[in-house]
Amino acid sequence: MGAIILKGLIRMKRKDDFAERRKHIADLSDQELYDRFWDLTTQVVTPMLELGKKNTTPSVERSVLLRMGISSLETKPIVEGCMERGLMGKGAGHVVYKLSKAKGISVKEAGTMLAEGKGWDEAVSLFKKGV
Amino acid sequence: MAEIKLKHNEKLDLDNILKDLDKYEPRRKGWTWRTPAPGLKMGPFEYKDASEPLKNGVPLPPAKYFDNIDPQPMPVITTEIASGRFEDDIRRMRMGAWHGADHLMVIRTAGQSHMDNLIEGTPQGIGGVPISRKQVRAQRKALDAIEDEVGRPINYHSYVSGVAGPDIAVMFAEEGVNGAHQDPQYNVLYRNINCVRSFVDACESKKVLAWAEIAQIDGAHNANATARDAWKVMPELIVQHAINSRFSELAGIKPENICLSTVPPTATPGPCVFMDLPYAVALREICDRYRMRAQMNTKYIDSSAREATVTHVLNMLVSKFTSADIQSTITPDEGRNVPWHIYNVEACDTAKQTLIGLDGLMEMVELKSDGPLREKAREIKERACLFMEEILEVGGYFKAVEEGFFVDSAEYPERNGDGIARQIDGGIGYGYIYERDEDYMAPVTAHFGQNNVKQYGGDPKDPSALIGGCTLEDRSKIVYIDELDDVDNVNVRMEETSKYRDTSAMIPEMEWMGDGIVMLTMMIPENRRTAEVAAVEIATKMGLADPEVINREVLQDAEGTRIELKGKLGFDIDVSKLVIPPEPHYLSDDEIRADVEAHPLKIVCGTVGEDEHSVGLREIIDIKHGGIERFGIEVHYLGTSVPVEKLVDAAVELKAEAILASTIISHDNIHYKNMKRIHELAIEKGIRDDVIIAAGGTQVIPEEGLKTGVDAAFGRNSHGIDVASFLIEERQRRRKDK
Repeated sequence: MGAIILKGLIRMKRKDDFAERRKHIADLSDQELYDRFWDLTTQVVTPMLELGKKNTTPSVERSVLLRMGISSLETKPIVEGCMERGLMGKGAGHVVYKLSKAKGISVKEAGTMLAEGKGWDEAVSLFKKGV
Repeated sequence: MAEIKLKHNEKLDLDNILKDLDKYEPRRKGWTWRTPAPGLKMGPFEYKDASEPLKNGVPLPPAKYFDNIDPQPMPVITTEIASGRFEDDIRRMRMGAWHGADHLMVIRTAGQSHMDNLIEGTPQGIGGVPISRKQVRAQRKALDAIEDEVGRPINYHSYVSGVAGPDIAVMFAEEGVNGAHQDPQYNVLYRNINCVRSFVDACESKKVLAWAEIAQIDGAHNANATARDAWKVMPELIVQHAINSRFSELAGIKPENICLSTVPPTATPGPCVFMDLPYAVALREICDRYRMRAQMNTKYIDSSAREATVTHVLNMLVSKFTSADIQSTITPDEGRNVPWHIYNVEACDTAKQTLIGLDGLMEMVELKSDGPLREKAREIKERACLFMEEILEVGGYFKAVEEGFFVDSAEYPERNGDGIARQIDGGIGYGYIYERDEDYMAPVTAHFGQNNVKQYGGDPKDPSALIGGCTLEDRSKIVYIDELDDVDNVNVRMEETSKYRDTSAMIPEMEWMGDGIVMLTMMIPENRRTAEVAAVEIATKMGLADPEVINREVLQDAEGTRIELKGKLGFDIDVSKLVIPPEPHYLSDDEIRADVEAHPLKIVCGTVGEDEHSVGLREIIDIKHGGIERFGIEVHYLGTSVPVEKLVDAAVELKAEAILASTIISHDNIHYKNMKRIHELAIEKGIRDDVIIAAGGTQVIPEEGLKTGVDAAFGRNSHGIDVASFLIEERQRRRKDK
């Protein structure tokens, strides 16, 4: 067993040790092997689903804005505005929603305002005051 | 909006497709499978595994022997069409659908996965199409008309990946896209997109796909195409399939909409079925909750279309032995260039032909339950299981990716240290992951994860109620953008090729309207290198621009080389100026037989003059050459060098209804003179009104022959059916006159 270091990442070199490595699963029935495989798979993917529940990204937020009826030309500057002002944790859709309620305008109008760089100070202060 | 109705003999009107796209609404959402037709009877056959037939289609070439039946196999058939110009692809989609494709997949333009937003408008693509709302609408709208024409729902498909995955997923859900690739592992391994970003984005994308009932296809087959020794990645392929499938299921996609993109990993000259079959069995057993999208091998494809086709047929044998819900096709020219129209169609035909040819096979054979198949399948499963164990041992998926677990060229657990490694804190999109606060909120449908709508009195089950419904409930909220670029758009491109759309000018094409590309096949009696250079010289002398050899196969080192070459034609033609003779008219075999049965038909025939040729006439009359005897016509063949008098006397004696004279020699117009003599003799003997006279030969020009007074004259390339059709129609006409 050796290792190759490439761009700081360690990649393993190893001879085929299947005969040795399989000993603990060699006697499993096909069904037991199946169950074990899917149990392991679920363990592998669960943390990634947790990440998805607790985090967001620019593209997730743009996709929220799209669904709120905001043009793709406006979703990007709105999300960038949220990132610059530390509002991503609130949700870009949330920012637009809250501004529209505060100003008594439609979601679409609030989106256009923010995309044009207007209303950001008010948006920031709305969140400072708390819900 | 009025639906477009296509006519089978009229070209699709692209202007009409592009008109009013802002008002287009998709007619359905979700994927459609074919409808089974167990015990389907078509022509003289009964099928075990067929699906419901099409209303319109192009049957396989030999169908003409079987009432033009066009049975359709059970798997959905995919063809990938993405030339860079979606408008030209629409025409190809129609051709593909007529040949049995009902899953039309559009590859994205190079670089789209790194574009951090939706693309709008219709720019031209490279190696694929820039996927935009306008382009998707135009193609879906065209497919609505095409599916009506062929009589089977068509699934439209593209990709939800890259750093704008969720944006694209939403657009697809809004626009009625039916299938999509979505696999965060693909982003990580092949697009170097940050792994956390990829999986967080994928959660959202998958939730949206689930809402839209879009069938999802994964990206595991790319490991096969990337790894040095493709057959060694079998354990890893199962691991990749499992990770994406389970992840998708837990994100909300129904198992029946989760499709595994699986490729038989190896190819000839390896003993590929022996190697691929245990893998296919292992995968289907392990992933039995999901559907199989059987892809074909591209890893070892070369420039021979024939060779690629055989590989693909062997791949489908594996599909048949195991299962395929979707049978993908790879164009046999994939190893040469961006696929051409003709090869998309060829690939669809290959799939249809193979799967129909193998219809019912599994009622006669079964895979063995012991021996190398079971042993190898078990081994692959165990190796995959151990792979998954080690992912957890090293600390999970991201850690495994950092350590280069994936796409290593050795068969796991062996490692060659050449896998693709990506850092958890690197790659495109790194640093753009934001933790959601307690009061994070998104007032939309199909949003994944924590969503505090309760703070506004919203219902967590219906978050979009806060804004009176989002675009997924209320289409009128969707913002449609037409074009953003004045130069790079479909209108400009169509203007450039309008000559070929709006006038009678025509130039051949392989990829795009007006491209003028043609292919030449030739056998050059030289060694390979000489042949390649000679072929280019020949094409240049023929006037082709940019000639390029696209395939060469050695017949023998010194004796010759098979060359296929492409080049551009430097001219177009005006089809309105063509003199197009009417198509020869035939009666059906059944019509002819019925007439002969009702009114027995007796004829005399022979080769006239000093002429020993017999082949031509034998072709016309002999039952074994498909001649007129097969219709039950009583044929009295007098032989060769028959004097014309003898022929006419025989007609009198036998009371024959027709005289058939073959006349080959044309020196001094003797052929026409003989024909004239038969006509005159028949008058002299008083039988002209009772006998049909027909004559033919290789040198006979039908129009000239008729001037001699005979009733019909047949030239080169005439067949029994031509003569029989004439005889039957002529006697029917004469019966009517009486």
